[in-house]
Amino acid sequence: MSNTQHLQDFSTQVRRDILRMVHAVNSGHPGGSLGCTEFFTVLYQHLMDRKPGFNMDGIGEDLFFLSNGHISPVFYSVLARSGYFPISELATFRKLNSRLQGHPTTHEGLPGVRMASGSLGQGMSVAIGAAQAKKLNNDNHLIYSLHGDGELQEGQNWEAIMYASAKKIDNLIATIDLNGQQIDGPTDEVLNMGNLKAKFEAFDWDVMEIKEGNDIDAIIKGMEEAKTRTGKGKPVCVLLHTVMGHGVDFMMHTHAWHGKAPNDDQLAIGLAQNYNTGGETDY
Amino acid sequence: MKKYENTGSKDTRSGFGAGMTELGQKNENVVALCADLIGSLKFDDFKKNHPERFFQIGIAEANMIGIAAGLTIGGKIPFTGTFANFSTGRVYDQIRQSVAYSDKNVKICASHAGLTLGEDGATHQILEDIGLMKMLPGMTVINTCDYNQTKAATIALAEHHGPAYLRFGRPVVPNFTPADQPFVIGKAIMLNEGTDVTIIATGHLVWEALIAAEKLEAKGISAEVINIHTIKPLDEEAILKSVAKTGCVVTAEEHNFLGGLGESVSRVLALNNPKPQEFVAVQDSFGESGTPEQLMEKYKLNNQAIVEAVEKVIKRK
Repeated sequence: MSNTQHLQDFSTQVRRDILRMVHAVNSGHPGGSLGCTEFFTVLYQHLMDRKPGFNMDGIGEDLFFLSNGHISPVFYSVLARSGYFPISELATFRKLNSRLQGHPTTHEGLPGVRMASGSLGQGMSVAIGAAQAKKLNNDNHLIYSLHGDGELQEGQNWEAIMYASAKKIDNLIATIDLNGQQIDGPTDEVLNMGNLKAKFEAFDWDVMEIKEGNDIDAIIKGMEEAKTRTGKGKPVCVLLHTVMGHGVDFMMHTHAWHGKAPNDDQLAIGLAQNYNTGGETDY
Repeated sequence: MKKYENTGSKDTRSGFGAGMTELGQKNENVVALCADLIGSLKFDDFKKNHPERFFQIGIAEANMIGIAAGLTIGGKIPFTGTFANFSTGRVYDQIRQSVAYSDKNVKICASHAGLTLGEDGATHQILEDIGLMKMLPGMTVINTCDYNQTKAATIALAEHHGPAYLRFGRPVVPNFTPADQPFVIGKAIMLNEGTDVTIIATGHLVWEALIAAEKLEAKGISAEVINIHTIKPLDEEAILKSVAKTGCVVTAEEHNFLGGLGESVSRVLALNNPKPQEFVAVQDSFGESGTPEQLMEKYKLNNQAIVEAVEKVIKRK
């Protein structure tokens, strides 16, 4: 659909940012970042009802929590390009005295970030707490969260998943980045989690799937559908099927680029595969 | 020496419960979270009066800490409650990342600290929690001595912005802090002025320090007694001023000597005015089952142990 062309352009630029950021410091996590580029783009450029500026309490607006903090490059790029801080600051990623720490944090006061994440498995609980604060404040806005699939191996998630349905946290849309990969290999080989849809449903969540998790139109359609399922007594889970490394052919369908930066030649190839014909420019 | 009257022994956890009851009425942003220990934490009144602000999390402490961190986003002031062991060691990384590093205004309130929970034994008797919590940057660490002080500290914490750990206990102990004494975080309380030794005590050991000071007076030793309810930030000025006068110090706490109040005091002295110090504390061991009195006797955490430590430290001057 042509009316989402600007979102396509936006995500192409975000992919360029991700590659350049991790290349510049020869560290960071491009694989999961690239895989979630379209999701973040839809979230911040289309879906969420956001207020200008940044206020930690976020009253009267939708909030997002990133639990799998290692995909900070995509988070930072989208935050910057959504107006939370200067785009030029992306050049400080992972460098000394930067607000753009290796993993996201509130500690350096980076606008747009409401919790530290990196140590996995904690974001679901925090998102639930923020959702309950919204209910106490009679604030009808939604809480969105993103979690890695491998991250679900952390037990705290299942405490939170059990709690969310028992307490009817129905203003939360928790998305699982289902890319099937983790550091040591495919999730099915490292620790097979079986049927995640059935597991969430067994915990009494309303579960839906977005099969084309790197397709902007599919994400919009799926997330709009997820929104209509809120407020009905159940937390909503979106299983977002993505391809790790999406948009850079040699990074796709492998865990090899989970936490590895491209060299100069690889960067050039990756950028060549992501020509930006839209209005955004490199930082 | 100055006499302190026990106005009626009570458990410090009931002081916490009373503080929560008052906060519930006074501050609508205060919320409480509990991991299946409402009765033990004395949350009953808060839950009854403010069911919409009370969150029963179930036996899931990690989730409780995370939810508390999330509740701050939206302006709530969460007080979490469970046993000290499950408030700290069990959820250390959750506190570290989601609360301390994220600078969330969460009050981690911990009952049944130390040996004095008694018969449950070492699985439930944490003696490392002060150390664990004080090592976290930005974390305020408080260990109150009696019912009134625990109630006052609970109320004071709601007005204090930032992560905090409040440690109290299960046993019924003398209540001697004036009910109207304001609780000032980080400010030591001078309980008895003396000239020969400084006894710096925290928590349940404060009352024991007062008894020890009486016994020492009968032996002709003048003991200064300081109640350090806030271990971090530590009132260094009060400690240094006292030790400059007395020339030696005994620290007393219901905690491992590693990582506790004693080590915090040692650091202050080492940097400013090195003087002999003795530690009344658990000697790097786990606890065990027994009555509180038996345990405090066996692990040398009572007034007699303080008297012996004073006699030893004075000889080292």
